[in-house]
Amino acid sequence: MALLELYHYWAFAVLLMIGFYAVIAKLNLIKKLIGLSLFQAAVFLLYISMGKVEGGTAPIFMDGVDEQLYSNPLPQVLILTAIVVGISTLALGLGIVVRIKEEYGSIEENEIQEIDQR
Amino acid sequence: MTAVFSIFLLTLLIITAIAIVRISNLFAAVMLSGIFSLLLAANFFVLDAADVALTEAAVGAGISTVLFLSALAMTAEHERSVSTNRGIALIVVITTTIAIIYATFDKPAFGDPAAPIHQHVAPWYLDTTRYAIEIPNVVTAVLGTFRGYDTLGEVFVVFTAGIGVMFLLSARSGSKRQRLPQASEGLRHYLVPRVVGRMLIPFILLFALYVQFHGEYSPGGGFQAGAIFAAAIILYALLEGEDRALVALPRSWLTTMMVGGALLYGGVGVVCMLLGGNFLDYSVLSSNPVAGQQLGILLIEAGVGITVTGVLLNIYHAFAARDKF
Amino acid sequence: MSALQAHMPALQVIVPMLSAPLVLLLKERRLCWAATTLTSLCSFAIAVALCMGVLAGGESYYLMGSWPDPYGIELGVDAFSVLLLLVVNGASTLVLMGAFGSLNQDIEGHRQPLFYSAWLLAVAGLNGILVTADAFNIFVFMEISALASYVLVSAGPNRRALPAVFKYLIMGTIGATFYLIGIGLIYLMTGTLNLADMEIRIHLVADQKPILVAAGFITIGLALKAAVFPLHVWLPNAYTYAPNMVTVFLAACATKVSLYILLRFDFFVFQPNLAGHDLQFAYFLMPLSLLAVLVASTVAMFEPNLKRMLAWSSVAQIGYITLGASLVSLAGITAGLLHMFNHALAKAALFLALACLGMSVRHLRLENIAGIARQMPWTMAAFVLAGLSLIGVPGTAGFISKWYLISAVFESGPWGVALAGVIVISSLMAVVYIWRVVEVAYFGSLETGSTTGATIAEAPLPLLLATWTAVALNFYFGFAASLPVELSTRAARILLGHIP
Repeated sequence: MALLELYHYWAFAVLLMIGFYAVIAKLNLIKKLIGLSLFQAAVFLLYISMGKVEGGTAPIFMDGVDEQLYSNPLPQVLILTAIVVGISTLALGLGIVVRIKEEYGSIEENEIQEIDQR
Repeated sequence: MTAVFSIFLLTLLIITAIAIVRISNLFAAVMLSGIFSLLLAANFFVLDAADVALTEAAVGAGISTVLFLSALAMTAEHERSVSTNRGIALIVVITTTIAIIYATFDKPAFGDPAAPIHQHVAPWYLDTTRYAIEIPNVVTAVLGTFRGYDTLGEVFVVFTAGIGVMFLLSARSGSKRQRLPQASEGLRHYLVPRVVGRMLIPFILLFALYVQFHGEYSPGGGFQAGAIFAAAIILYALLEGEDRALVALPRSWLTTMMVGGALLYGGVGVVCMLLGGNFLDYSVLSSNPVAGQQLGILLIEAGVGITVTGVLLNIYHAFAARDKF
Repeated sequence: MSALQAHMPALQVIVPMLSAPLVLLLKERRLCWAATTLTSLCSFAIAVALCMGVLAGGESYYLMGSWPDPYGIELGVDAFSVLLLLVVNGASTLVLMGAFGSLNQDIEGHRQPLFYSAWLLAVAGLNGILVTADAFNIFVFMEISALASYVLVSAGPNRRALPAVFKYLIMGTIGATFYLIGIGLIYLMTGTLNLADMEIRIHLVADQKPILVAAGFITIGLALKAAVFPLHVWLPNAYTYAPNMVTVFLAACATKVSLYILLRFDFFVFQPNLAGHDLQFAYFLMPLSLLAVLVASTVAMFEPNLKRMLAWSSVAQIGYITLGASLVSLAGITAGLLHMFNHALAKAALFLALACLGMSVRHLRLENIAGIARQMPWTMAAFVLAGLSLIGVPGTAGFISKWYLISAVFESGPWGVALAGVIVISSLMAVVYIWRVVEVAYFGSLETGSTTGATIAEAPLPLLLATWTAVALNFYFGFAASLPVELSTRAARILLGHIP
């Protein structure tokens, strides 16, 4: 069942594709940011899938259990960081969008370009 | 069984993602992306990443939905134009995906304990946590001390975002679209949400404190606690109106929290230096290195929690205050 | 004293980073500016100390939290990092010294503490990237510097800064996420995040498809951040609409730091390991560099907006740097690295001169500065001299790196003459676009200029001093080039030392 095992990686690839598409092709700035979050979420999934050990549990020691297999803690730590970086970027992006709306009255990329060319 | 569950969750994730991109009502898209985050969190939980699941649920489904909604309130609810240059986008995206799928053919099988990733650095973390840190949650140990410098950086990423949003939204608006400043009422006139909400808030705060201080033993830590704490205050603001929330926690306090938390973390590092260790080497904080490590982790987690709470609330209030212009 | 010296790599990051929250507490704007400048000066002093350490003894390493090396996060400072540390901290300090008036004009008073705090965070982020030896740590500090730069650019007085910064944010985040994917794939195959450890362990990976894909992701992601042609689309607008002083700072160092990571990865991690694939990145980079140099210089020749003209020129200059690196020879890499240093000097001086002009002229367009040399003789003289350095006239810093580049190109084989031809042609193009400004400013008549009746006077003294210091440095390093040449040669040797 090699395909089943690769399903996690391929789900990552598909999610990445969907998010990336939204970032590039959508003209609405909020939609672009939603796409960007999806794009980043896909990467979180990649890392967390890497850290999984079959038959393991979350890397938290339990009293009296010695011979336990644990999943890899490092990718989890990295993704904790990445999630926080993601929300920070998102907050800043939304701040910019709000300012754009105030200044231009629109959050559609093509309309903003038209206004600038006038 | 887990495999079936995983596949079910992943398929749902993909379907939700497609729906998010296709739907043109932005409000619905934001709601769907909240659901997406919850599904993702569930998936992380299945993959043994309890800490990450908690964070994704609090940040992805909670905070980012709130931020999106406050931005939507000020911008537009519908996507007007459809996408352009679809062709180029598709080519770029498909090339990227093919590259990834090409790479996956050689990846070690999913979950294989013999894969290099599980053999090289990870066992050291598990062992060292056992004898040098003596706390059960290895994720907290790696986050707090082994890679504590990354976490410091992360606190400053959050701090930068806080500064950025405050900077952006403190500009005087160019358009002269002055609405009368109105005191926000929140949901004060709706009995049921108000009663239920007020009952919930103390429990949420209690849970936040538990997540903060129990992070060494169970999933949790400063980030999660900060996000949950901020969520409780935001809930209060939604129920009782902005102004009352600001009376409870004024913005100057929030800024002080932002600064104080970041400085607490950095300060712990500097103290370690002054006591003769390297930066963030908590062993020197106490005569017993293990106790020093534990103390250090406790302090920096507190710093993280304080900064994250301050930043998230400041960002929320910056958006909310802008709405009243 | 030696204990302090040992902590230097960490202090390089901590000093500006921990000062950022403190600046926020100072409400008075002049105080904020002074504190920021002082911090930046301290940071520059640390960079100088590190540089002396490298010149005297060699590299210094630092273990964060005292955890041993592939497990904890290691900092490593060598000639390459020192070269850029000098550029980043020097540029930041020089710009800040002259910046108060110009920034005070562009940014409302109550927002200035936030702005200065973001400035320090940008410096801390860039320093953090330069001193770390850990792949994921690079990502974290890349994001600090990126978010802080978005804030700095968004302070631009024109509303067009906002769409520009949004584009910058989207592109920057895509770049960083691509980098993250690449790191993830490498980590999956090797189990490590430490760059040195990674280099060793990639050898042991039997099947290199994921590594190859990772190399692709990392290269594209960082090229996006470094504005390597054709991924530069975010750069011209971001530089044009940022506050003038921010443009000086970013133009001098932001993209170069991304190039630094790119070169480090390509030479340290991939080059020795992927040689079997015969896919040296050089072969991709060379045609792109040539295109960058030619296309961007051409666009600059026809651009009426002065800041955008220089921004396009930056895209071309990034082309020179990557061209040097793509030769994969000691001379070529030395030339590329040297150009990082010298271009930062020339561009900083030019943008500083523009900032001087910006004190009196609201829209920095060619038609608005007609005859301005009469009212602002010092500013325009600085512009001319800095322009000479950009063109590469003998006696200036720009000449030294072009000289090194041309000799490296001739060494490189049968194509050398053609490559040298491109460099000469693009230098002539630089003559054209600098001359257009000089011609209008010196010989344009005031009547045609729409100066909107505002009185045009020479820029304030601090700004003028900063500009002239930058110009003087261009000439100083044109005659006494031994320091940057020494550092670049050492850095190039380190980079090449990793190729078997």
